[in-house]
Amino acid sequence: MQISELKVGDGLPERHHTPTNVTLFMYNAAVWNLHRIHYDETYTTQVEKHPGIVIDGPLQGDWLAQCVTNWVGADGRVLRFSYSNRRATYLGETLVSGGRITSIDPLNRQVSVELFIRNAEGTVMSPGSAVVELIR
Amino acid sequence: MSTLLTAEHKAWIGREEAPVHVEVSRRDIIKYAIATEQTQPKYLAGDEAPPMFIFNLFGPLRQVGDMRHDGLPRGTGSGPKLPLQRVMAGGTELILSRPIRPGDRLTGVQRIVDMYEKEGSQGPLIFTVRSLKVTDAEGLPVLEEIQTAIAR
Repeated sequence: MQISELKVGDGLPERHHTPTNVTLFMYNAAVWNLHRIHYDETYTTQVEKHPGIVIDGPLQGDWLAQCVTNWVGADGRVLRFSYSNRRATYLGETLVSGGRITSIDPLNRQVSVELFIRNAEGTVMSPGSAVVELIR
Repeated sequence: MSTLLTAEHKAWIGREEAPVHVEVSRRDIIKYAIATEQTQPKYLAGDEAPPMFIFNLFGPLRQVGDMRHDGLPRGTGSGPKLPLQRVMAGGTELILSRPIRPGDRLTGVQRIVDMYEKEGSQGPLIFTVRSLKVTDAEGLPVLEEIQTAIAR
């Protein structure tokens, strides 16, 4: 990928994510997050009053980061990344990650992108953004 | 108009925590890469950590007796005890100087940079914004993580 080949509005490849109990367990073990809303359904629904097991916001943040790192591959590196956990999502949902180019700085070989996690209804649950620096 | 956050809470803004040291293992990177369903070989082989590997890498490791009923550490991590106890991750900003790699001996210094309230659709919310500056064994910058926690 070269910066001269890119234009504002170009989309980043979308990916579907359907986490399971097992993948949420693995994620929370890997990051040592013991919050019961991610594995204890009785506690989650009866005490914290969620409708179901909550998909971790930072896991969705990772999917957004992957959207960028998979897109840029070995052709550059991520300089800045951010995401915001706007709405809770729940086990059983299928979410879609994606994004598009918002600006291109040829002088510094930097490209800015906006990112999203959408639910099945198309509502953005977690927006994000990133700046990447390309080699060429 | 702030009603839940007192001057005592706000006094935590700017206060720097004691440095925390973490040694990164290839195996921990591989576990994270599998759990997050990474597709790039460099992550799955543990040669380099994905950007969000940093999440909770410097989090407190408490014994079972020091955990709250919800599973979180007592005291909601660094910072004051808040009048709202239900905590969720609000978001993260990363400024990346270089990737984390296996064998890295990292030092993280955290401080609260802001605390504020908002009225949510289901009641008041308290936002705590923390900055974590991470350096390597030579003292060179690796990344800065600015993370927002929301208490409701």
